[in-house]
Amino acid sequence: MPDETKDSNPVLPESKPPAAPQSGLEAAPSAAAILKPTSAETSGPSAQQAATSPAKPEAAAKPAETAKPAAPATGEESATPPAAAKPAAPAAKAPPKPEGPKPEPWDSDLARSLKSQYGSGIKEASTYVGQKYLVVDSTILYEILLRMRGDELFDYCVDITAVHYPKREAQFDIVYILYSFHHNERVRIKTQIKDGDSLRSVVGIWETANWLEREVFDMFGISFDGHPDLKRILLPDGWKGYPLRKDYPILQQDQEWVKINLGIESGQ
Amino acid sequence: MSDRTDYLDLDTKDETFLDATELVLNMGPQHPSTHGVLRVILKLDGEKVLGTECVIGYLHRGVEKIAENRTYAMFNPYVDRMDYVASVSNGLGYCEAVEKLQNVEAPPRAQYIRVILTELCRIASHQVWLGTHALDIGALTPLFYCFRDREEILKIFEKYCGARLTTHAFRIGGCIYEAYDGFEQDCLKCCTAFLPKLDEYEELLTTNRIWVRRTKGVGILNPEDCIALGVTGPVLRASGLKWDLRKAQPYECYKNFDFEIPTGLNGDTYDRYLVRIEEMRQSVRIIRQAVEGLPQGPIMAKIPKVLKPPVGEIYHSIEAPKGELGYFIVSDGSTQPYRVRVRPPSFVNLQALDKMVRGLLVADVVAVIGTLDIVLGEVDR
Repeated sequence: MPDETKDSNPVLPESKPPAAPQSGLEAAPSAAAILKPTSAETSGPSAQQAATSPAKPEAAAKPAETAKPAAPATGEESATPPAAAKPAAPAAKAPPKPEGPKPEPWDSDLARSLKSQYGSGIKEASTYVGQKYLVVDSTILYEILLRMRGDELFDYCVDITAVHYPKREAQFDIVYILYSFHHNERVRIKTQIKDGDSLRSVVGIWETANWLEREVFDMFGISFDGHPDLKRILLPDGWKGYPLRKDYPILQQDQEWVKINLGIESGQ
Repeated sequence: MSDRTDYLDLDTKDETFLDATELVLNMGPQHPSTHGVLRVILKLDGEKVLGTECVIGYLHRGVEKIAENRTYAMFNPYVDRMDYVASVSNGLGYCEAVEKLQNVEAPPRAQYIRVILTELCRIASHQVWLGTHALDIGALTPLFYCFRDREEILKIFEKYCGARLTTHAFRIGGCIYEAYDGFEQDCLKCCTAFLPKLDEYEELLTTNRIWVRRTKGVGILNPEDCIALGVTGPVLRASGLKWDLRKAQPYECYKNFDFEIPTGLNGDTYDRYLVRIEEMRQSVRIIRQAVEGLPQGPIMAKIPKVLKPPVGEIYHSIEAPKGELGYFIVSDGSTQPYRVRVRPPSFVNLQALDKMVRGLLVADVVAVIGTLDIVLGEVDR
């Protein structure tokens, strides 16, 4: 952008200084706008200033100093053209960074029909970075999963897992990741349950849920009603505690189990 | 299976001989054919398997818990230790998942390097599978051949990143190591040398009468069972379903390459063998294309030194040599992941063992465990 202005008006030194503060004021509300090529008219003078007077930076800096609200950012900018992008860049980047991508409403026939059928039971139907997910009430979860398997042809249950949020009232997120070979599509179905609550097992819908639910039970202590063989899978049967809960420190062990079965005081 | 009953009738009981009642036999956890520490409790009627129960967890290290106490970059080497014969694939899946969370993409050159190494790793993983699987069934030679030839691939890994097995080859955002001088030639040379070796393996096994009798019709899984059991990878493809994540939901730069997805017909152990052999050929094809098309440019995307992905959840999966390897990562905006869930293909595939071995003989259990291609480090995490 500065190159363009340089080519068009190589020498216009006299008229610039009075114009510069004003342009600085104008540009001040949105420092990011300076970077945009479309706003060349507003930011043009200051940019020109920078381009035409690289040899005498103090002259260029002066008008910026007079323009108090213009902030140091614009002053620096006009002083050194190569660094022009630098001060503006954080200002431009700063707002989106803490936000990141936001979940967007998931607009599809499936989401619409589920919403119309279950109403408030579907708490959320969104996409996040292109990945679709539903948050549903735990009371209608089984019904929804049954429908996903049947009518919606999500025939492959990729994974079942949980996330523990100890500060929430409903402490656990249970996540079902489903895939449909017919649509080549993946959907996550989430529900929230309280500690001590149980969910209905989906082994009858997807056989693969057998071990996956056992692992959730093993690691989080969430039980699944109707599961054919709900017991620990990775940890020993007599183990106490559920390691993937947040209140289970990383070095914690079932000392008693370790002592009885390994004959040592502690594994650590 | 029907052609096997001609010499041993399993279904009719001979009351006068011995009224065999159910026998419970413990196989493992220390048994050479269980590929690690897997314990299988077999319920037998004579030599016929009535049912099995797997006892796993002997290698449980709490990888998912460790992840919650490490930063994103620190956790990266841990994933190599899950499926330790295909560590590169594990690393790829994890890096990609975090990149997705962070909303960055690896530069093209990094993606090509990643694909080359991952495909080499797929070949190496299949070689370990073939060697051990054949050994379990009684063919000793393929083991030596496979491990000898695998060394060539491991040498490339070693030259590239200094490690042979737990490579930690990739970083979040790309690759940290530039391809060394002669990387391309090494890869091409490795491919050229490997293809005749693959024919050699096939010569030993494909038409070998013992091999065919031991594998054909053993451990059949039809596509419906595969889907219901969540089985993926070569086991699924051998049942006839043409599904590979590299094609179905292409990641990295896989869409730039021309390759086939081999499928089987019967879903038995023999078909799974053929599918994996063919997969190695396809991997060679991919490597050759990737080496030829290896672009110039940066190998690392611009990512902050301290990684703080925005709050959100992501599931990302890749086609590991064993099947769908997925990572479900929850970020709370801090430097450490709030939760990392690994969806291990071996764990899910192992669940199919019971269905596959019912009605077979004890010796077939060994063949089926081999054909599932499980790695206990990944099953137990």
